[in-house]
Amino acid sequence: MSAIPWIILFTPLAAAAVILFLGRFSKPLSAGLAIGSAAAVCVLSWWLFTRPDPTETIRFYWIDFGEALRIPIGVTIDHLSKVMLVVVTTIATLVFTYSVGYMKTEEGYWRYFAGLSLFLFSMLGIVLADNFVMMFIFWELVGLSSYILIGHYFKKDSAADAAKQAFIVNRIGDFGFMLGILLLWAATGTLVFSELTGRVAEFASNPVYLTVACVLVFCGTVGKSAQMPLHVWLPNSMEGPTPVSSLLHAATMVAAGVYMLARIFPILHAVPVALDVIAWVGGITCFAAALMATQQDDIKRILAYSTISQLGYMVLGVASATSADVPMFHLFTHAFFKCLLFLCAGSVIVGMHHEQNIWKMGALKNKMPFTFLAMVVGSLALSGCPLFSGYYSKDLIIGFAVVKYPFLGWLSVVTAGLTAFYTFRLIFVVFLGKPKDDHAKHAEESPLVMLVPLACLAVPAWVAGYGFVEKMFFHVTEPEHVPHILHPILLVLFAAGVLSAFALYRSAAKDPVSIPFFANRLYIDNLYSWIVRNIQDGGAMVLSWADRWIVDLLVVQVPSKLAWACGFVLRFLQIGNIQAYVFFFGAGAIGLLYFLIMK
Amino acid sequence: MPTLANYLIVSGGLFSIGLVGVLLRRNILIIFMGLELMLNAANLSLVAFSRFNLGQDGLPGYNAQVLVFFIITVAAAEVAVGLAIIVALYRMRQTTHVEDLDTLKF
Repeated sequence: MSAIPWIILFTPLAAAAVILFLGRFSKPLSAGLAIGSAAAVCVLSWWLFTRPDPTETIRFYWIDFGEALRIPIGVTIDHLSKVMLVVVTTIATLVFTYSVGYMKTEEGYWRYFAGLSLFLFSMLGIVLADNFVMMFIFWELVGLSSYILIGHYFKKDSAADAAKQAFIVNRIGDFGFMLGILLLWAATGTLVFSELTGRVAEFASNPVYLTVACVLVFCGTVGKSAQMPLHVWLPNSMEGPTPVSSLLHAATMVAAGVYMLARIFPILHAVPVALDVIAWVGGITCFAAALMATQQDDIKRILAYSTISQLGYMVLGVASATSADVPMFHLFTHAFFKCLLFLCAGSVIVGMHHEQNIWKMGALKNKMPFTFLAMVVGSLALSGCPLFSGYYSKDLIIGFAVVKYPFLGWLSVVTAGLTAFYTFRLIFVVFLGKPKDDHAKHAEESPLVMLVPLACLAVPAWVAGYGFVEKMFFHVTEPEHVPHILHPILLVLFAAGVLSAFALYRSAAKDPVSIPFFANRLYIDNLYSWIVRNIQDGGAMVLSWADRWIVDLLVVQVPSKLAWACGFVLRFLQIGNIQAYVFFFGAGAIGLLYFLIMK
Repeated sequence: MPTLANYLIVSGGLFSIGLVGVLLRRNILIIFMGLELMLNAANLSLVAFSRFNLGQDGLPGYNAQVLVFFIITVAAAEVAVGLAIIVALYRMRQTTHVEDLDTLKF
């Protein structure tokens, strides 16, 4: 029993290793091993889910300096990690299967599946980790696998750059995360989550320290979950293959930040100021990303911004809800419907021969009816249509947010309307209207291996919010004192969003609305490149100057020239006359004797 | 009965002759002989100091005289090595004049 979590953790790693060495010889072997290991892990996770929590956990000490520093490696099996295990492994199995169809004609097949298996291993490590150091190690490993998979088409400059950007931007957040971990450890002397919770309460006498530590830990979430201001990498990560975007950059990896916040939920709720910071970051991200999404033209980028926006909801939920189950509930439903949306987008992209611009699509409803249906289900869930999963989980977060942070709460209400607008803009432009390109005229439905995962995801995307599912996975309490007008307003905004999208985009051949401020992503990317170009390059120039003139000249050249000059002077004593040498020697000996005796 | 001063004067004379030979002669064999002379001058003063350093029983110490035998033995071996080097040098360069041996000069 207690070995099962370890088997779950290491099976994908073993699969990745085998694929890495043998996968290049056989495509079915790579795919089969990856899917097989994911499916096995999925079955084990579901089995684990049905069991009661184990009382004992296996834990060994990786580094043990007695009381001073103990770094354990251990797994934690509780309600939170079991739910996350089920979500991650189920979605991974479906996406792995879908990849067989999507990657059929692509190069680097084995490399791709090895990367996916490595990712699954790393993600499961985050989910199972029972302490900060182990979580941080796997946190970096998912960063690495994300880098490998975004850069799958590394021969394309944009993909290589996007991979690099994702890595570097995450590094900024992870640096804060590491500082936060160290501060918490310095204060409490432990790294294990369950022990931390108890000891932080003793430390309440120094709220400033604790606030700083928690905000720094939150930096990890800002990087990994693409919150403002570190969100720029996520849209660019869409350069990777679409199943990767679906699994890593929509459903699971980016949710790791929220999962981590849920893990330390009791600690965060002992620190009100840190919660305010988290709420503001989440709320602003959620609103700003939705604004950016309204003006994007790339089908995957629209979904990427909506992912950022939904992650903003979850982060806001962490700050405002009374239990970690509320943001986790949205993470749960979001994982299904956003994964579904991305897989549908992938299906559309394959049908369109790898065209991603929505203004070259159109009228795909009849060519790809199945994809259309699945995408509508996903969109309804995303935009919060009643009876679809997103409606339940998102409204819950909005309810809590309106009560605790009225301004951010109402901002997120407006965002809900925007979500409906941009989601259905996508649907109407891609699937209705007239075909705007030759590819769109001849598009064909995707193969069965891609459609079956769509069907398997469409069901949970539809029903994952219903009461019976919620009872099975979560224990959510409804927010109190919610204004009665909130739910009618949300419904009206949903309808307004869909109808305005219908009116504007039903038969538009090109975008009738043009807001450069949103289309250019609020100019944040431009600001960053300006900073890099001027400030960072300026710093680099100063450093280069220091390297050239201080290090190279003062530290290296000057002593070397000095030694050379001494040698140059002294070598004139080498006159090649042995008697002269004897004379120098004798004179020296006599001089030495003279000084020794006379002093 | 010669005194210590007589011995030391002879020793100093031998040393000076050797040193002058080393400094002034150009033939490497003669230089080598000068070196041996200086070595034996040092031996002589060692024996002389030992002979005139009387112990508490009024007898001189003989340790240095024994030591000098060892020195002479070792010096014989050293001369053999030195002469061998000179022979090898001569075979290579066809000269024993130190002025011709200045390869290491800058």
